[in-house]
Amino acid sequence: MRLPAPRGPLTSLLFERLVHPPEAYPYRANGRAGQGRFTDHQHPRAPHGHLSERRPAADGRSAHAYAHLIGGHGAEGWPSPLHVGDGGLGDDDFQLALFACYELHYQGFQDVDDRWEWHPWLLAARAVLEERFEEALGRAVARPSLDGPKGVRRALNELTADDAGPSVSTFLARHADRGQFREFVVHRSIYHLKEADPHTWAIPRLRGAAKAALVEIQADEYGGGRPERMHSELFRATMRGLGLDDSYGAYLGQVPGITLAVSNAMSLFGLHRRLRGALAGHLAALEMTSSLPNRRYATGLRRLGGDDDAARFYDEHVQADAVHEQIAAHDLCANLAAGEPALAQDILYGAACALELERLWAGHVLDRWERGVTSLVEAPAAKVPAREGCDAASKR
Amino acid sequence: MPPRNDDAAMERDGAAAGDHGAAPGSDPHAEAKAKPGTEAGSGVVTVTTCEDGPLLVRGAFELVTQDGESIPAGRATVALCRCGLSSVKPFCDGSHKAAGFKAASEPDLPG
Repeated sequence: MRLPAPRGPLTSLLFERLVHPPEAYPYRANGRAGQGRFTDHQHPRAPHGHLSERRPAADGRSAHAYAHLIGGHGAEGWPSPLHVGDGGLGDDDFQLALFACYELHYQGFQDVDDRWEWHPWLLAARAVLEERFEEALGRAVARPSLDGPKGVRRALNELTADDAGPSVSTFLARHADRGQFREFVVHRSIYHLKEADPHTWAIPRLRGAAKAALVEIQADEYGGGRPERMHSELFRATMRGLGLDDSYGAYLGQVPGITLAVSNAMSLFGLHRRLRGALAGHLAALEMTSSLPNRRYATGLRRLGGDDDAARFYDEHVQADAVHEQIAAHDLCANLAAGEPALAQDILYGAACALELERLWAGHVLDRWERGVTSLVEAPAAKVPAREGCDAASKR
Repeated sequence: MPPRNDDAAMERDGAAAGDHGAAPGSDPHAEAKAKPGTEAGSGVVTVTTCEDGPLLVRGAFELVTQDGESIPAGRATVALCRCGLSSVKPFCDGSHKAAGFKAASEPDLPG
């Protein structure tokens, strides 16, 4: 896929850099500016402990310290934490900027040099965004109470059973028109075309029974060795059945900030080892709230004339996730909490984040549909004018 | 953790059914019988009783109707309904949660 149109000052600045080769922005890892920073600033790991212990610095000091550590120039030219906005979960510009930073670790962009993935400026800029994003999640999501690591399984059951938010699946099953179902699929394509990928980041970070459990789930997500059964492939058939473009990232430019926030939370948890507990809990919450809604999605799609090929993705998830939720809650999360009790709180918090983001997303979509307007981005901004160097920087 | 068969054990079993009792050429469906309490890696099928939920089946099992027709499982590990409310029997579809189905993972005591 290619970079979409920017949605504001952050994405304008970021995309303008990304379309150039990274050597246009040199850095000095061992230069004067990069020396002695351990003593000049608080230790960079101090504010980045387990999520449950985290007390983000209100002035963004930690992101600055990180920026200085990883390269002499840090995030020079990038807005300071005080000026990137509040990391709003529905902020289109903010969420797209963070999404683009993360996408470099997945499939990347055709018009962005692959070397940007680990470029210190990019990482420093991303750290600024992540700090704000974590703070925004902290404001939006209450930390569930937990009665010791042994209570994780039960607490997950209660959290997911308590899910009384607006139901997109009920609306789709009974009332949605074909255009609304297509919109739903466009939103979901942001995650489903890379389904399971964010949670795969946790595999090398777990051990023993928890690792085996995650691998068992992921192997099934990836089709059990049969590419045509990969969930992302089944979803492409659903998209084609609805006359949608099934290529990866085709609709990135059309989804609102809250849809991107759903994916960004997974990438945040997935790409930081310290958040592996939250990632495990996030996966459990997805699996534990999936079977019944997927049955309703399938009902809705067939009501609207979808055939078995188009509905297979949803049919598959009814059965697959009935298996996965047992493995995720017990074998993955309960074992992880038993082995690393300090992660127990994060497991629940990650689950709560998944549920709250889904609620916010559902609220957005249903509110728009109730008002008779699209839930997608209505008028994409104009393309970035300065795209010179774009071809030179494209993937080789 | 319940005892679990790894993929290699599954492969071995598929190739040599006689490893644990069933003679080559005998009823292939004998494989589907669970042997609770057996050691992981021994190649037998395990059935895990999930608290308030389904039965998870792992290993080189085959699902068949009473007439011997094969039921495609679609995946290596399946969840079989035990609340009776699933709309995709014999598989679980999560209906037990809405219904408040209760069952311990441990066996009920007689009497």
